[in-house]
Amino acid sequence: MGYTIAEKIIAKHVGHPVRAGELVVTSVDGVMATDTTAPLAIKAFKEMGGQKVFDPEKFALIIDHAAPSPNERIANLHKLMRDFAREQNSRLFEIGEGICHQVMVEEAYVKPGDIFIGADSHTPTYGALNAFACGVGSTDLAATMMTGKIWLKVPQTIRVICNGKLQEGVTAKDLILFLVGKITVSGATYKAIEFTGEAFEGLSLSSRMTIANMSSEMGAKAGIVNPTGLELDYPFEPIMADADAEYIKTYEFDVSGLEPQVSAPESPDNVHNISGYEGTKIDYAFIGTCCNGRLEDIDIAAKILKGRKIHPNVRMVIAPASKSVLLDAMKNGSMETLINAGASLITSGCGPCVGTHQGVPADGEVVISAANRNFRGRMGNPNSNIYLGAPSSVAAAALEGKIVNPKKYLV
Amino acid sequence: MSEVQMPSSLKGKAHVYGDHIDTDRIIPGKYTKTLDLSTLANHVLEDLDPSFKDKVQQGDILIAGTNFGCGSSREQAPLALKQSGVALVIAEDFARIFFRNAINIGLPVLEIGKHSIPKNAEVEVDMKAGTVTDVTSGKTYAATKLPKIMMDILNEGGLVKYLKKHGNYSLENE
Ligand code: SF4
Repeated sequence: MGYTIAEKIIAKHVGHPVRAGELVVTSVDGVMATDTTAPLAIKAFKEMGGQKVFDPEKFALIIDHAAPSPNERIANLHKLMRDFAREQNSRLFEIGEGICHQVMVEEAYVKPGDIFIGADSHTPTYGALNAFACGVGSTDLAATMMTGKIWLKVPQTIRVICNGKLQEGVTAKDLILFLVGKITVSGATYKAIEFTGEAFEGLSLSSRMTIANMSSEMGAKAGIVNPTGLELDYPFEPIMADADAEYIKTYEFDVSGLEPQVSAPESPDNVHNISGYEGTKIDYAFIGTCCNGRLEDIDIAAKILKGRKIHPNVRMVIAPASKSVLLDAMKNGSMETLINAGASLITSGCGPCVGTHQGVPADGEVVISAANRNFRGRMGNPNSNIYLGAPSSVAAAALEGKIVNPKKYLV
Repeated sequence: MSEVQMPSSLKGKAHVYGDHIDTDRIIPGKYTKTLDLSTLANHVLEDLDPSFKDKVQQGDILIAGTNFGCGSSREQAPLALKQSGVALVIAEDFARIFFRNAINIGLPVLEIGKHSIPKNAEVEVDMKAGTVTDVTSGKTYAATKLPKIMMDILNEGGLVKYLKKHGNYSLENE
């Protein structure tokens, strides 16, 4: 009987073969926390008797969730993080440097085959890199900061095979929304997911990150994209599953006829073909987040909005996933296109995704967002409604003031 | 190991809610950026049941359906519940990070599968035996056994106390 990718990565770290269901204490290759989770983690670390983090080079803090600080309370938490990073000789990524997950990948804090622990639920994003990455809370993180280890149960794996190529105008976001709709918000709880098949092979690293990112929306512990076709600017040894690996479940889809998708309020798995919602009026369009704030996302929005103006009843906010994404989008002209079309640019970071600041919707308003969550109240107002879609769908909706199929602008 | 900081049996009033209650509903993101834990309880379950924070009494039990605590990794979610007086959360099953977080901060959690415990039921829990009894109907449910490391962490009163004492993880006798 062969091994899954998750079993192989964990085995490499604990030094002996492991099977799903086994409890292990494993070393980790990287650890990070954000301004939502770091303050509590630092407090717990000190209370545990922690003095030095296990390896200052493998530990990073990122100020992204409420950056720049919207009030004095959060400003003080940011200061606590800055002081701690200085004291530990570890890197702190300042306001505007980007969203934790984007920064960890860009700065190579995580590499193929690694085990990475992040105090943020979208840490599985690094499965795009063929890494095993889990989200934890602050106290778990504090323990890992101190020991360099974490205990975990080797997860069972769900295999998701997608055959066929996506049509032009249909993106990785449409594909992962479709899969979340099928597998549901709790369909992969405690499990790892392996995404495999032709549909993933041609995807860029950015698109793979979008896929792995929304493993969290299915409850998964980790979501790993088969590394076939993965291109990185450094050499790496891909970790593949054995042909006779054991899966708890296998889903198989032909996605060659997939249409653009939307997730309707108020759960990410409330997913439908966009045609079912065409004509829904929107007030606010948002492109950004660790799911879809990368260059290819900004580029596709710019392609749709080039030479045009967004609808007069719509406001549009863009939060690039990182400073480097922002600089690239400035260089290639996409950012100028979007701003000319009427979009408003905010600091690289989480922006309005988590409802703290920088664009909270009003009562009764309808948002279309390129993010990954649309729970009630997610963007800070429980009396607003959030639709999730691909950046292309967000841009097309901003243009027309209503949800439309973006394909007509792309093919 | 100090047997048992966690009470071995518990009786309390049940507040019963449905499936897929996400962490944004347990404590909205806008309130999470604080180290003052007392403020969390003022907003607990605010977008789900605004009356909960006034109804809940020390020692009450929260009961939910499937996938309780899905969504973000915010530990403020179990902390808000604990601060509000909730002594134990029972659900059909939990989202992974919430489950770990609750144990790590010393809030006991039990998974009992499909149940029909009604609103305001009086519930009796035997933590050692892992059973949950709806006193009104007399129906008893068996909870899934926790891995030993989780029991150890819970028995120490949470992961901070566990690590303070042991300095590292131990998987002995697993
Ligand atoms: S962009 Fe949104 S989902 Fe991603 S880490 Fe930030 S708050 Fe979380």
